[in-house]
Amino acid sequence: MTLKTILASTALCATLALGAVQAQAAQLVVGFSQIGSESGWRAAETTVTREQAKAHGVTLKFSDAQQKQENQISAIRAFIAQNVDAIFLAPVVATGWDPVLKEAKDANIPVILLDRLIDTQDPSLYLTAVGSDVVHEGNVAGTWLVGAVGTKPCNVVEIQGTVGSSPAIGRKKGFEQAIAGHDNIKIIRSQTGDFVRAKGKEVMESFIKAEDNGKNICAVFAHNDDMVVGAIQAIKEAGLKPGKDILVVSIDGVPDMLKAQMAGEDNASVELTPNMAGPAFDALIAFKEHGTIPPHFIQTKSKLLLPADAQAEYDEKKNLGY
Amino acid sequence: MNRPSLKSNALRSVRPAAPQVMALILVLCADWLVSHQFFNIRLQSGRLFGSVIDVFYHGAPVALLAIGMSLVIATGGIDLSVGAIMAISGAFAAVLINSNVPLWETIALALALGGLCGLWNGFLVAIIRIQPIVATLILLVAGRGIAQLITGGQIVTFDDVHLIGVASSSLLAIPLPIVIAALVLLITIALVRWTALGLLIEATGANALSSRYAGVETRVVTVSVYVWSGLCAGMAGIIAAADIRGADANNVGLWTELDAILAVVLGGASLLGGRFGLVRSVIGALIIQAMNTGILLSGFQPEFNLIVKAVVVLVVLLLQSPAMLRGIRSMRRRVAS
Repeated sequence: MTLKTILASTALCATLALGAVQAQAAQLVVGFSQIGSESGWRAAETTVTREQAKAHGVTLKFSDAQQKQENQISAIRAFIAQNVDAIFLAPVVATGWDPVLKEAKDANIPVILLDRLIDTQDPSLYLTAVGSDVVHEGNVAGTWLVGAVGTKPCNVVEIQGTVGSSPAIGRKKGFEQAIAGHDNIKIIRSQTGDFVRAKGKEVMESFIKAEDNGKNICAVFAHNDDMVVGAIQAIKEAGLKPGKDILVVSIDGVPDMLKAQMAGEDNASVELTPNMAGPAFDALIAFKEHGTIPPHFIQTKSKLLLPADAQAEYDEKKNLGY
Repeated sequence: MNRPSLKSNALRSVRPAAPQVMALILVLCADWLVSHQFFNIRLQSGRLFGSVIDVFYHGAPVALLAIGMSLVIATGGIDLSVGAIMAISGAFAAVLINSNVPLWETIALALALGGLCGLWNGFLVAIIRIQPIVATLILLVAGRGIAQLITGGQIVTFDDVHLIGVASSSLLAIPLPIVIAALVLLITIALVRWTALGLLIEATGANALSSRYAGVETRVVTVSVYVWSGLCAGMAGIIAAADIRGADANNVGLWTELDAILAVVLGGASLLGGRFGLVRSVIGALIIQAMNTGILLSGFQPEFNLIVKAVVVLVVLLLQSPAMLRGIRSMRRRVAS
């Protein structure tokens, strides 16, 4: 610890001599254990985390776990051995983190969770968690639909995420909360598309055929954009106009959906921001510099993306590796 | 060995399919029960459109896999890598077409890559003598990684009308994937039933050692069935990519190898090798898809999908089980006496 202080003070003198303003943040080293690259969103999150580290003057040590918890645990142990200043963790599964996070706690290294939570009896194992609230996301989507249809009767078909996954459960719940009390809006069919494009298309095809060739459907709500991209195609193949004959709303805000908005084929999407690291770095630096204890959960904004801003959003996102 | 005449050979691949046809008709009737417009067909932008068409359209990729898988299983092997090969070929096709490679070259190269994957599997199984389930597991694991390398981990979308046309265009109003699967089926039947190849495949599967002593080039036979399986998977991968106008390396063909194996099993083949029926395997693939489409139309809670699927598969397999049929027969006799 003393060695660290000496090092810090030398570095401080050096930076002061250089006339730099960022005192402490300049030396922060953060280890980031990322799940892998299972989706475009995940790749974008990695890109944004690197950008945010640069913007905050933090040195980032990156480790890709290739979807395996054991890789994440060994990465965290390696970070502890290297005595980093903090560890960012996007946990691949919810359970089994207590022992390794206890090791980090014993080494006095704060851990911040990104975009997913863990199941633990001991809330002191991590400093804070940055993520979106899936129920809120569904609620924003539902609220948009309520506003869009007004008092007109509207039959909604829902394409769910993977059965039993927390985003699917939460987004469904939030959407249902938003349309509760609006008796003109009903979910008439709901089926899972496993969060993937091909299944979103196949499920939408079956909805269209089961509901009088789509004449009975006023809107489609999908738990993610990929499924909706497939659904839009199914609507077109059935000779209907997506965005007009059938309203389209989903969650994520990926570039392919923004393209669909520009083409007038998609009405709204709730953004799941890939910038989980920005708030995490802010909280970490405040904690390191002033000892500010952050709230135990930092909720990211769930911005509603509409066609009017699609072009600007797209330009911003197209190079993030989605 | 004297070869049976061409006619009986061609018939042999059709006639014993009765239980599979019955099962397919049963599942289709069940589909009609849950959704009364199931058999309604209309023309939409010049192509047939309806739920029953969906069964054939979405069944085409698994049917293709089942054709290759039938031959592999007939040699006593198994190919777990077909889903990953779908991902590889689809990814390669998407990247090529986006680099302005002409359509036919794109398809040829993507198919060749599928064939090359099959050659690798065949090499491991026949030359290095690794057990097929282990040998093909290697590509099952690594293949998706290769596909992700090709796509850079993203869903590579394309707007090339010709490649999209592989899925969205039609021949005489029949969606092209159905035509392609039917063509591949006919070509495969011609190859294995109108030549001695089918006999050699069955001989290799029944008893490789005695076949070798009898002068069968079992290694060549084994390698070629894996190559054929790879080519079929490549074609399925191109169709799957064209269907969503993009190569989704993470998800395309995920667990589809199990559907292909199930299709072959529903087709009444033994996993121990020997006798096989191509038409029966394709009907098996259609049973699976008819089940999937029916579940989607039914409006059941998605939580029930897998249970319904398992029950239907169990019933179809029981209908085919010799022990079960014997039991039913002896019960009938007892009731009659």
